[in-house]
Amino acid sequence: MSFDLNFIGILIGAIMASSVPLILAASGELITERSGVLNLGVEGMMIIGAISGFALMVVTDNLFLAVIGSMISGLIISIIFGVLTQSLLTNHVATGLALTIFGIGMSAMIGKNFVGIPGKEFPLLFINLKENIPFLGPILFGHSVILYFAFLLPFLTNYFLKKTKIGLIIRAVGDSPTSASNQGINVTLVRYSCILYGGAMCGLAGAYLSLIYTPQWIENMTGGRGWIALALVVFATWSPIKVLIGALIFGGITILQLHMQAVGLRIPVQLLSALPYIMTVIVLVVISRDSRKIKLNTPTSLGQIFYKEK
Amino acid sequence: MIKIEKRNDVSPSIYFLTPILAIFLTLFGGGIIFYVLGFNPLEALKFFFITPISDLYGFSELLVKATPLCLIAIGLSFCFKSNNWNIGAEGQLIFGGIVGGGVALLFYGHDGFYVLPIIILSGAIGGMIFAMIPAVLKTYLNTNEILVSLMLVYVAKLLLDYLVVGPWSNPEGFNFPETRQFSESARMPVLFDGLRIHAGIFITLITVFLSWLILYKTYLGFQIKVSGLSLKTAKYAGYKGKTMIIIVFMISGACAGLAGVGEITGPIGQLHRNISPDYGFTAIIVAFLGRLNPVGIIFASLIVALTYLGAETAQIFLQVPKYTGQVFQGMILFFLLGSDYLLFFKIKFLGLKKNEL
Repeated sequence: MSFDLNFIGILIGAIMASSVPLILAASGELITERSGVLNLGVEGMMIIGAISGFALMVVTDNLFLAVIGSMISGLIISIIFGVLTQSLLTNHVATGLALTIFGIGMSAMIGKNFVGIPGKEFPLLFINLKENIPFLGPILFGHSVILYFAFLLPFLTNYFLKKTKIGLIIRAVGDSPTSASNQGINVTLVRYSCILYGGAMCGLAGAYLSLIYTPQWIENMTGGRGWIALALVVFATWSPIKVLIGALIFGGITILQLHMQAVGLRIPVQLLSALPYIMTVIVLVVISRDSRKIKLNTPTSLGQIFYKEK
Repeated sequence: MIKIEKRNDVSPSIYFLTPILAIFLTLFGGGIIFYVLGFNPLEALKFFFITPISDLYGFSELLVKATPLCLIAIGLSFCFKSNNWNIGAEGQLIFGGIVGGGVALLFYGHDGFYVLPIIILSGAIGGMIFAMIPAVLKTYLNTNEILVSLMLVYVAKLLLDYLVVGPWSNPEGFNFPETRQFSESARMPVLFDGLRIHAGIFITLITVFLSWLILYKTYLGFQIKVSGLSLKTAKYAGYKGKTMIIIVFMISGACAGLAGVGEITGPIGQLHRNISPDYGFTAIIVAFLGRLNPVGIIFASLIVALTYLGAETAQIFLQVPKYTGQVFQGMILFFLLGSDYLLFFKIKFLGLKKNEL
């Protein structure tokens, strides 16, 4: 393979595209977890977003409605999780698992009539700039609006959590719900909002898959990306900027793996496909080894049930 | 007026009645979903829950599906009772199947009573070893067991795929992604002619009994339960937390591995890509529905097995995807967890008081 700068640019562009669903879902889940709620239903909310987006695109023929609709569906499905964990005080881990199982089943039921329908072309921005500027063109231009949003999102999230009052409240609720509650903050309301926001972002992540990345509906098409997004939040030690870096690393592994398969290296395809999952485990081990660092950054009340005596 | 009060103690009758409530709510919710999709809800539910077990063959199929579910859930109950979230039982099942299947291929053409026990044992050890990865990483390197055990599911699936396509594929199999059919000596004996129910059910029942013994009659079981209720108490009492984490993972991995080897030597008879319809994940629901109690889990496994059969029947008669079963499984868990609220809180319906009028 000859060394071609433009080819490397295209490769980086592809890595960016494959990291988008991870960035969106992980950024959403990060806010949820910062408020002290562990929602393991990311995979389920993503797949619901994927089918809702695709179905709305087919039915309404309007991509804008499809994208908005996918976010609303993600939000609606996360309400189930909210009601159970916040109002009925159920265990976060078990409820999140139920949400994933339910979401995968539900999406297949809704998607039954949408299998095999071709997707629609999603408008990409600055196409001519992409083609006319070597190397930087394919990196910076010719992407969907959702990709640009996804790459802004970690910075927005960082600013929101660190510099705004609502961000401070969310962190306070996550670190010490009892004292936050004593300060007059409605802990349940804050946590509900964060859960719904996380749901909407996961819905959008799913829509990116079914509308842009691989524009079609396939059962179970998220293929574990929701779980990798969850791992990314731990990997990033709950910092939004590190989510971006982590997502790019995982996007890189995915694309690299595809290219290695295409080039025909004498490594079993399955080993290459397993790379992202094996890497996740290795990265988690490396990150978690320093238990002090994890403890310092983990929202203190993560996954714990908060109940206020009335 | 409705008033919600915290209960002082949990009454045992409600503890075992809420799962039944959850099942009824699931039937109701399922009926609504079928109605929305344009089916007659009662008829659809009949196809789902009654048609599949209306004959002897159907009933045997129910037991065939409940056998692995019950076995895995029993193992998981050890983990969940002690607050260890092993959600990768599916991977442990597949890895147990791979190891057991490998041994079965090794003994291809051998006769002898010792063949099957060796295969079963190696399957259990396979699952156990695979479960020890998240356990060791959790205890010694502080790594989150939920994510590790789950990631390993994908790794196990891909390993199985590699083996059945590549080195272990049937030499006379026209490149189909499957191994040879195992020899007769490597197959679980079938209990009745014409039915698929096999001797694996005895492994499940023996495991249920042993688990009951360990959980309720040994010091280890006591330690597991205390650690689940309060980690602090367990620490004060001086329990060896790390050893216990590894033990519960080993138990649940071995059970999942047994389930895997039971499937490949029982109904399947070879290795191929899809040796498990997500039994490892569904067993999580079985464990909760059975209240992490060995006897409860037996009943729960029968009910959840019915959702598998129901989904298959509904796929034929109503043309709904087989994933419909997962909708019901998810709903059961939702309603079960939700109705647990009744365990800890009393809902009082009060009449309006005179001074409020």
